[in-house]
Amino acid sequence: MALIKLRKGFDLNLKGKITSEIVAEASPSDTYAVVPDDFTGTIPRMEKKEGEKVAAGEALYHDKNNEKIKFTSPVSGTVKQVMRGDRRKILAVVIEPDYEGRSVTFDTRENPKALLLESGLWPMLRQRPYDIVPNSNARPRDIFITAFDSAPLAPSLKMILGDDEKYLSKAVEVLSTMTDGKVYMGCSHTEPITDTGAETNTFSGPHPAGNVGVQIANVKPVNKGEVVWTLDVITAARIGKLFETGKMDYSTIVAVNGPGVEEPAYIKATMGCSLHSLLDDRLSDNGKEPRIISGNVLTGVKETIDGHLHAPYRHVTVINEINNKDEFMGWASLSPKKYSIYRVFTSGFFGRHKEVDLDAKLNGGERAIVLSGEYDNMLPMDIYAEFLIKAIIAFDIDKMEQLGIYEVAPEDFALAEYADTSKLELQRIVREGLDKMRAEMC
Amino acid sequence: MKSLRKFLDKMKPHFQEGGKLSKLESVFDGMETFLFTPNTTSRSGVHIHDSNDMKRTMITVVVALMPCLLFAMYNIGFQHFKAVGTDATFWEMFFFGLLAMLPVIVVSYAVGLGIEFIAAQIHHKEIQEGFLVTGILIPLIVPINTPLWMTAVATAFAVIFAKEIFGGTGMNIFNVALITRAFLFFAYPSKMSGDMAFVKTDPAFGFGGTAPDTFSGATPLGDVATNVGNTLSDKIPSTMDAFIGLIPGSPGETSMIAILIGAIILLITGIASWRVMVSVFAGGIAMGALAHSFPTATYPASMLDPIAQICFGGFAFAAVFMATDPVTGARTKIGQYIYGFLIGVFAILIRVYNGGYPEGAMLAVLLMNAFAPLIDYCVVQVNINRRLKRAKTQ
Repeated sequence: MALIKLRKGFDLNLKGKITSEIVAEASPSDTYAVVPDDFTGTIPRMEKKEGEKVAAGEALYHDKNNEKIKFTSPVSGTVKQVMRGDRRKILAVVIEPDYEGRSVTFDTRENPKALLLESGLWPMLRQRPYDIVPNSNARPRDIFITAFDSAPLAPSLKMILGDDEKYLSKAVEVLSTMTDGKVYMGCSHTEPITDTGAETNTFSGPHPAGNVGVQIANVKPVNKGEVVWTLDVITAARIGKLFETGKMDYSTIVAVNGPGVEEPAYIKATMGCSLHSLLDDRLSDNGKEPRIISGNVLTGVKETIDGHLHAPYRHVTVINEINNKDEFMGWASLSPKKYSIYRVFTSGFFGRHKEVDLDAKLNGGERAIVLSGEYDNMLPMDIYAEFLIKAIIAFDIDKMEQLGIYEVAPEDFALAEYADTSKLELQRIVREGLDKMRAEMC
Repeated sequence: MKSLRKFLDKMKPHFQEGGKLSKLESVFDGMETFLFTPNTTSRSGVHIHDSNDMKRTMITVVVALMPCLLFAMYNIGFQHFKAVGTDATFWEMFFFGLLAMLPVIVVSYAVGLGIEFIAAQIHHKEIQEGFLVTGILIPLIVPINTPLWMTAVATAFAVIFAKEIFGGTGMNIFNVALITRAFLFFAYPSKMSGDMAFVKTDPAFGFGGTAPDTFSGATPLGDVATNVGNTLSDKIPSTMDAFIGLIPGSPGETSMIAILIGAIILLITGIASWRVMVSVFAGGIAMGALAHSFPTATYPASMLDPIAQICFGGFAFAAVFMATDPVTGARTKIGQYIYGFLIGVFAILIRVYNGGYPEGAMLAVLLMNAFAPLIDYCVVQVNINRRLKRAKTQ
């Protein structure tokens, strides 16, 4: 077990942390939803129609390009609505639960890959390059599991795992059959998970140390032509449980926290549950408009209170949309309350690690890249981030390839996007770059 | 503040598309965002953003330039009254310098910002903050006796041809302030060098006196370059005087103390790259030491010791405020060492071995501006090759 020390990056200390480890129960959810956009690289094709009954674990839809990739219902119930947007794009498949408890039992003697595809666990995996749901025909060089989430306010994955940690060795055993290489596990040095059979590395250092892409880059980087699969330790435990018991476990523990939450807590819920069931009576009543984020503040999805929990189904953050409306000459502020990680503000000297309540304001206008090294300081990979971003904007395929686009995912640039003085949408730029690249290569 | 906010909200429709004053949309937007931090929130990607933005960054650089500006005002007055031969109090000197510099500052900002406003309006973009810094750099590096119209022409040339045609702030290849200086230097050489350029010899707005015709206000480096013989000119001040800065020269460049305060501000706030700054001084001292080891009467500046080399002329000012411009400099960390070091070397090389130019800092920075992309290219290529090699060996 090797300890890898990372220095670049930053741990943002947001307000609204969970103080107790007691797991509350979510209130009953009226509806559940599967959101196709959570599973980048797949296009939904419905198998069930509105009004049809489904059991937990039964397929709702499959991927248009590969019908073996199934997306299953987390609960037993009826398909209430297939929500569509522009050009009939499927936005969400909404299921109304019937509490009859019907569920599919899978045959664990089946070929492991077929079982993963059938059970709906497959879309929880990601592949590099492109950060998409893996192509089921390829055989990955290695498989990487990240066992911790280092994002602001992120839940402790070891805590969410709880007793399910025992299924990890089964999961590693199953995953090993799908690769010629190794199964790697990247743990936080404070919460190591051992005896799983995986090749374990521990990481110390600030966010984004928990990003699986950063872990790969510091263990065995992805080269052109290679494919690796990535997943988090909770998905791994679900895989182990499926192969031990034949049942898909759709239950999850969600960290509900952030400055806009009254009593931050861990809540036991089911994947895709409504945000009402998690947030009712918990939103703080401070007179400010809340911004509800399914996920963390860096990579999460903006949702309304009527929305649903998005993959990876473990975190909801609520911040305030605007804390300080019409701030007068904010650029000239000497106030230590104005939070910055840079020493151009007084808070950058003394308060960088202080607990802060950040809102969704951009705090400036979009500009050309002026200051150098800002992105590099937030990305612990052997990559010239700024040059890669410029290559993507110019869509110079050769340069993108040479500068390491195959190694990155949008989430790896999230912290740089926070810290960017020029306020560029780096994650969107990287996502578009990966998509164009994939279209060009396939 | 509420009434101001209300006033702006009331005026806003006039400036938006279709309004009477829609031609001034960018200007209005510039004023509005200057007064009130915009309430825009993030649409995609991260939900939180750091408070630091381009306005804050540029203002911090302007603050770092303040010691130089204030000292420049005092020194202009000091040199003037010395030339005139009358006694004056500290405040009289400072007030004279203020009167002398104010028109240059106004011209520089009016011309530069005017062009920026027009460019922003043409492209329907927000006004960029880059000129905030350039506009204060120009008065600090242009000799005080330069006619205002020349400063105006040079500023317009630099902003249009060195910046806007490349796409505005963040896109330029050459440092805009230095292009202004270089334009003046090559277009009007008689006004830009010699012994009449650097000390204001006539009154400013009727304040001050007139220097006698016999007065010569050459800079120390000018004295060094024009002196013949095997020794240094006896007119040049001591290194300590140059460090304090009460010597003739371009307004902002004379005082090492003021420049050092600026350097400390830039380094503490992390805006300037310490790699560039340190390497420029290292390069200058190295080249100065080399030249000093082989002093020759043909090149009198070779008789200056390396410490004097960095204290005289515009070397330190260029190292702290010009070389560290992130847009025109090298952007990779390794590249910054090379870039900075070569600026230092070339500045002294030009100063010592080119009889035509007593000072080389401006030309050295501009030359390395041109080479910065090449340096970065080579550094990035090493990373690319490492990646290719890794792919092959596995």
